[in-house]
Amino acid sequence: MRVTAKEKSWKEISPAGVCWKASTQFLTGDWKTYKPVRDLEKCTRCLLCVLFCPDGAIHWKPEKGDIEFDYNFCKGCGICANECPAKAIEMKLE
Amino acid sequence: MKSVVKQEVLALNGDEAVAFAAKQSDVDVVAAYPITPQTIIVERFSEYVANGEVETEFVCTESEHSALTACLAASVTGARTFTASASAGLALMHEMLFVTSGCRAPVVMAIANRALSAPLNIHGDHSDTMTERDSGWIQIYVENAQEAYDSVIQAFRIAENTDVLLPVIVGLDGFTLSHTLENVHVLSDDAVKRFVGTRKFINVTNHEGKTVPFKLDPNNPTSMGPIALPNYYFEFKRQQEEAMKNALKVIQDVNKEYAAISGRSYGDGLVDAYHVEDAEVAIVCLGSTAGTVKAVVDELRAEGVKAGLLRIRTFRPLPVERIVDTLKNVKAVAVMDRSMSFGGNGGPVFHEVRHALYDAEKHPYIVNYIYGLGGRDTSPMQVRKIYEDLQKILRTKRVETRVQHLGLRE
Repeated sequence: MRVTAKEKSWKEISPAGVCWKASTQFLTGDWKTYKPVRDLEKCTRCLLCVLFCPDGAIHWKPEKGDIEFDYNFCKGCGICANECPAKAIEMKLE
Repeated sequence: MKSVVKQEVLALNGDEAVAFAAKQSDVDVVAAYPITPQTIIVERFSEYVANGEVETEFVCTESEHSALTACLAASVTGARTFTASASAGLALMHEMLFVTSGCRAPVVMAIANRALSAPLNIHGDHSDTMTERDSGWIQIYVENAQEAYDSVIQAFRIAENTDVLLPVIVGLDGFTLSHTLENVHVLSDDAVKRFVGTRKFINVTNHEGKTVPFKLDPNNPTSMGPIALPNYYFEFKRQQEEAMKNALKVIQDVNKEYAAISGRSYGDGLVDAYHVEDAEVAIVCLGSTAGTVKAVVDELRAEGVKAGLLRIRTFRPLPVERIVDTLKNVKAVAVMDRSMSFGGNGGPVFHEVRHALYDAEKHPYIVNYIYGLGGRDTSPMQVRKIYEDLQKILRTKRVETRVQHLGLRE
């Protein structure tokens, strides 16, 4: 994890780890080593990956009629690739 | 000393004195699990609850880990919270001790100090709390039942001070204090209630960017201690260190303020010095042993020996400057440790005192006596032997054995 000088000092933060931002603002996607990449040809839009993702980082976009990976929160666990019946998801080194 | 408020004298043992202090301190929640030699505290308190003498919510738990977890949960909602434990019970709380201090929950816990197994032993020594030295709790060690009573009342004020917000352990020696009857002067319920006051809260910024009081409240949601990764954890620990530094002043202030209403003070609240100003030889110790040492100091003074005692009352935060300043003219120091740091070149108190003196202008001879483990008695004759050893060191200008075991069969 990168620590930058832009982060707040110990004098500026609330005690006890009280969150000063909503959880959606803490981007936790930078843990991953591998990221899921989809083969659009093979994908059948069955949405099993959406259901299996433990982080809720794969979203169904009805307006597009397609899914989207949210790499800001994807931890690269590979469950989606493992569960994909069409073998449409490949885990690629970041 | 002149008492400012009217007081009553009760015959109480240390545990009862602690329970009585907690009763008067307007505690909202007590969650506890019994363990010798602390059991009387919780027993008495549950009687107060059963008799309707307090409005406290009393939670019986299935273990000490749960007891402290319940106290932590209650404390972060803004409740004044108290518990008690000892030995293996405190050890079982170990994980939650860090969560409590990390959540900055001002829980007060009395510990009737007891040895740790194996072999099983229910008697007094400091192995339990010394093991929790680095858990982020303030540690106060008391000399007698009176001080146990006074210190529990003071502990709420120290813990809840908004510059501190740290949990406090009040340690009283198992059996020697916990089960021994003394005359204890107690303040009126009203006087204690006024002294402890009500909890005040600092403001924090929550996840919605709102400024809210630092407590769990459904109307002003916050989350405490959920996760801090390598980019923030360190900063939170630095805050706890600062709170400990602030506590040094707060403990002294509370000691002074309490003296004003009760007529009783314990040194400056941090250290309690007895004939140290002109002492050539001095003992440093914690807890009830100081009573025995004081009696020996009196005898030695009558014989013309310049003997003194420094009782460290507040062990965490360690009052480094006060220790250095108080011992500045002493030529030979013996530190008494009622626990072992196996393989550590002496006991924990010795480590701390010798470490504090490293930056002192003058370095006295300094030796360590491990004593009283598993409740073994320490007699005035043994304490006298320590002072004789110190005088011999001054005569010969030589330390033969740095770390010794007092009252052990060799």
